[in-house]
Amino acid sequence: MDGIHDMGGMHGWGTVTIDPDEPVFREDWHGRAFAMGAMSMGLSGTNLDAFRHGLERLHPYDYLADGYYGRWLACAETLLVDSGVLAPGAVDARARNLSGESVIEPEDVEENKPVYERGGAGSLREIDDPPAFSVGDRVTAREIRTDGHTRMPRYIRGHTGTIHAHRPAALLPDTNAHFEGENPQHVYTVEFDSTELWGPGAEAAVLRIDLFESYLEAS
Amino acid sequence: MADPTKNKDRLPPEVRAEALESLLAERGLIKSEVLDGFINRMVNDVGPMNGAKVVAKAWVDDDYREHLLADGTGAIKEMGFTGPQGEHIVVVENSDDVHNVVVCTLCSCYPWPVLGLPPEWYKDPAYRSRMVREPRTLLSEMGLDLDDSVEVQVWDSSAENRYLVLPQRPEGTDELSEDELAALVTRDAMVGVAKVGAG
Repeated sequence: MDGIHDMGGMHGWGTVTIDPDEPVFREDWHGRAFAMGAMSMGLSGTNLDAFRHGLERLHPYDYLADGYYGRWLACAETLLVDSGVLAPGAVDARARNLSGESVIEPEDVEENKPVYERGGAGSLREIDDPPAFSVGDRVTAREIRTDGHTRMPRYIRGHTGTIHAHRPAALLPDTNAHFEGENPQHVYTVEFDSTELWGPGAEAAVLRIDLFESYLEAS
Repeated sequence: MADPTKNKDRLPPEVRAEALESLLAERGLIKSEVLDGFINRMVNDVGPMNGAKVVAKAWVDDDYREHLLADGTGAIKEMGFTGPQGEHIVVVENSDDVHNVVVCTLCSCYPWPVLGLPPEWYKDPAYRSRMVREPRTLLSEMGLDLDDSVEVQVWDSSAENRYLVLPQRPEGTDELSEDELAALVTRDAMVGVAKVGAG
């Protein structure tokens, strides 16, 4: 989806500062949110791609305001509510009661976990199909436009680069996130010159990015 | 845009985290100790000290270095570092002519088994937006000035491959042991936003 998460190449964010004394978790709740976010995938019967799509589905204001672990927390709630493990509004009502308000918490709802076939643990898969591209081939990134999940960022679409490396096959996030099948595919690291992506005035650099076979067409 | 949040009535995240934990715990779906285990692992067991051991070994052992560059996942597993976000790790080597730097523009993918959880700057929209577009300027702002003759290679880890930069061994460290070398290696150098200093 063309969301706030797809940040590559955006202007206006200012500079980056490194805090050399940053702890792993700055707040206690960051650690709790991290752990519950990680566990929410199993508890909701979903997967990592659905989790990433859950992050992308947050309202853009919330995406930015929540910060990294706030997003994990909100995403955990989204997946657990989507799958009926928790009722809509349950977290808010409990939070209000923990804060001293007295509100009625919603009744549990029927579980609605996604039903789909999994090909094993993790994201990598062995596939028999021969790879469509070889190192050195020229390829163009397809103009994928979807309101669902994809790992094809906007700044790559329509641009032409060169296959730099063939990586292990992996399940396709675009369908796996929606429980529509793993569709494992070859993955390639594709190299783009900075001027191809950002125009003739671009800083000299090469950009390498991992793209699924169906994201690419021969050029 | 007086209040830049959509849900103006939403309670603060620390309260919502407590609420979520209590709802899941009373349904028997999570245990507090299990959450503690997740947290302890990320705080104490994984982190840049793991990656630093890999780098130091590659600096002192050419056979290991070749193995690491050819099969990052296998060579890192040999050192005992595995786990989530480490299914396939690719190690990319810096030299006098090439500087590698890693980013994830779409979220904040990061090689957890060797670097732990990503720092705030790696997750910052400024880093995610700018590293693919103006890497030299951003690296300079972060304290790393590269000569124009150095090729900058930016890796956007958009699929399930995770990238670790093998920094250059600093001059004047010939006498140091592997452990002493590992102590010099920083997280920032293994992401590619810094070089390793001689200490």
